[in-house]
Amino acid sequence: MTLELEHFLTVGALLFSLGLFVALSKRNAIGVLMGVELMLNAVNLTLLSFSRFSVSERPVAGQTFVVFVITVAAAEAAVALALAVSVYRNRQTVDIDRINLLKS
Amino acid sequence: MEGFGVNFAFWTLSAVTLGAAGGVVVSRNLLHAVLFLILAFIGVAGFFVLLSAEFIAMAQVIIYVGAISVLVLFAVLLTPRAGRDNGETAMALPALLLAIAVATVFIFVVNDTNWTTVAKSPELATAELGTALLSTWVLPFELASVLLTAALVGAIMLVRSREEEAEDALA
Repeated sequence: MTLELEHFLTVGALLFSLGLFVALSKRNAIGVLMGVELMLNAVNLTLLSFSRFSVSERPVAGQTFVVFVITVAAAEAAVALALAVSVYRNRQTVDIDRINLLKS
Repeated sequence: MEGFGVNFAFWTLSAVTLGAAGGVVVSRNLLHAVLFLILAFIGVAGFFVLLSAEFIAMAQVIIYVGAISVLVLFAVLLTPRAGRDNGETAMALPALLLAIAVATVFIFVVNDTNWTTVAKSPELATAELGTALLSTWVLPFELASVLLTAALVGAIMLVRSREEEAEDALA
């Protein structure tokens, strides 16, 4: 069986959907962040699949893009987890249903 | 891409990665979910090797498996009274429907499109990636370092305790 671009893109799509479900449904703020990380990984997988299979004048561009996505994801994870710890200090919870100070 | 080895690697990695991502969804204990997340990261790194992006695979192992998952574990352990429950909110059913819809649309588009592909991998050395980062994309490369510094300082500022701030005010 020959592996084509479609196989990798399908895995990327399924991984993205699982991450989307985790990010939208989890009650714990850290669980939501884990969903976001899964989605970012799925996007990186898709970018690299296109970089490997596409006809391109500059095939290195896809890999460069992935390097930047990983960098931004690392920055996002650091700040978001710091926010979660900060919220926990003030409210003793990271349950997103109970972080409702702005709700009238 | 063909051959037994490549096929075996692809299907094994698919099962491991998607199974681990499913484990993140279903595990009730948040710490178990983090461990499943690490396994999913390792699976994705395997895919990167399969797609002949060795440098990105190493970066994935070092940054995601090594750094981000430790950060997530720290965040879980630093919020002890928040509970280890990894349950769903009331939005679980709409979220599930949306996720299924997104997956359906993506898979339909992926399989319906007539992709123009190359059979052979474009021979990319890691040196080319380094040259591209420091010549063509040197401005975004430097901006990324500024972004990382800002994120680092921001994260430290956010998690400082009140006592530490008071000590700094006296000094």
